Amino acid sequence: MLNTVYRLTEPRKIEIEFNNIKMNDDKVIVRPTHLSICNADQRYYQGTRDPEVLAKKLPMALIHEGIGVVVYDGRGKFKPGDSVVMIPNTPVETDPFIAENYLRSSRFRASGFDGFMQDNVAMDRDRIVLLPADMDREVAAFTEIISVSNHAVGRFERFSHGRKEHIAIWGDGNLAFITTLLLRYRYPEARLYVMGLSHDKMIDFTFADETYDVRHIPENIVIDHAFECVGGTGSQRAIDQIIDFIRPEGTIAILGVSENPVPINTRMVLEKGLRIFGSSRSGRKDFEDTVKILSEHPEMVKHLKNLVGDVIDVRSVQDMHTAFEKDMAKAGGKTVMLWNV
Amino acid sequence: MIYACILAGGIGSRMGSEKPKQYINIGGKPIILHTAEKFCMCSEFRQILILCPEDWMEYTEGLIRKHIGEDSRIRILPGGETRNDTIQNAIAYIESIGELDEDTVVVTHDAVRPFVTYRIIKENIEAAAEYGACDTVIPATDTIVESQSGDIISAIPDRAVLYQGQTPQSFKAIKLRELYHSLTEDEKSILTDAAKIFVMKNLPVKLVRGENSNIKITYPYDLTVAESLLKGE
Repeated sequence: MLNTVYRLTEPRKIEIEFNNIKMNDDKVIVRPTHLSICNADQRYYQGTRDPEVLAKKLPMALIHEGIGVVVYDGRGKFKPGDSVVMIPNTPVETDPFIAENYLRSSRFRASGFDGFMQDNVAMDRDRIVLLPADMDREVAAFTEIISVSNHAVGRFERFSHGRKEHIAIWGDGNLAFITTLLLRYRYPEARLYVMGLSHDKMIDFTFADETYDVRHIPENIVIDHAFECVGGTGSQRAIDQIIDFIRPEGTIAILGVSENPVPINTRMVLEKGLRIFGSSRSGRKDFEDTVKILSEHPEMVKHLKNLVGDVIDVRSVQDMHTAFEKDMAKAGGKTVMLWNV
Repeated sequence: MIYACILAGGIGSRMGSEKPKQYINIGGKPIILHTAEKFCMCSEFRQILILCPEDWMEYTEGLIRKHIGEDSRIRILPGGETRNDTIQNAIAYIESIGELDEDTVVVTHDAVRPFVTYRIIKENIEAAAEYGACDTVIPATDTIVESQSGDIISAIPDRAVLYQGQTPQSFKAIKLRELYHSLTEDEKSILTDAAKIFVMKNLPVKLVRGENSNIKITYPYDLTVAESLLKGE
């Protein structure tokens, strides 16, 4: 079947191209319905990635956060109309020790190959997870970023020592919001502290115990473990602060993406015997767990609904530009495209 | 009920090829299959009727069986002498299976427009249900010149109000049949498409925005364009 693909050919330029989906390839064909814009998409769209990276990766369809409905499954396991979340990580091998999202051979939508800005997406059958009928679709659109956070929290449980009474989260953006919310449900007894810059944003973290301006963190605060959800140019300052404030033998989870290398105060890491681990992306199990958690805790979905910002009805390439422009201008939250092209 | 009518009745005399143009390959597959697959992806359709020249019915059935498999919604039917006769054949078939009523909508589409999108199809279904008839168009880009004599310009209409017709064209089936049969033979002879029937009877035809890429593969040159639109996986 001829399939329309909306590819970014150069920054701020989206062109209509076509590919040929083979119907007998044992793929499940999904029509996207709700797509959510991530900062990684914006870096391609605005052309803020390294020019060499852009030259290598474009043209490419953006977006790796999205849900859709099944329109065709040759095996009949999925029925037309089934609502599914699409998994962007696409492994080509398995490993008993290394998770699919860390295998160097894995490909990732809207990074190594076309993302979800297509009329139809041919998905490997293990790359979709069924969504409950009553799940809020605008929240489900960004299941991916929730699963990334959930993946990190799961690793934190494995890597960190047993005293989890005081956990601090650096950052006041979407990732910090979601991570704090997941920690709230994973560790209901823990005291959760959010360290950010924007009072207006932090006021929405109603499930945190305290929020602090990073310029005025109390000297006597106790932190057993910490999550860095800052990224970008703020990474270094955040990691410095965490190392200063965290108690010995604490664990630091690094989730924020930075384009440049970040110096780390290793002397103090050694002296305190800290554990630092990185987390990136997610795999099928993380998606399944995330869908399960959200189904079991509808109140979490209500909190996450506060992240939904502009919801743009997209019927043309011009509407796609409108969505990216509005997303650029937003103070926070997630921009969702209702995919009606 | 919504029915897709894929019009593959043309004999392709303009293609400079022995096969009718809808059976020529693009991307390694006959055009008609690409088009049929698009409609098979739409659960809105009760059935997908493919209307083709009688001599090509067996061949078309074989193609569908081989490439699409058993989609119980597909029916291969004989086309008529003209485009409108072909559409009437489709409506007669729907009546014969007892499913023709006031709400029956037919989405008629050229087999040789395989680049149609789901949005266009969906908006056709919605517009036909609401207005009774709709036509897929894009704004005219060339200046259209009218010449009654074929020699001297008689008018140059304002391009801002001109559009180029594409397909699908979609209609309430019973209304379309009633209007068609009310036309005189002279009126029928000047029909170029089905939407014109509604226009001649002063009934509204809603515009649905098409796409520049929703091209009709008519000339050998169009095949080159179609192949170049397919820029790989």
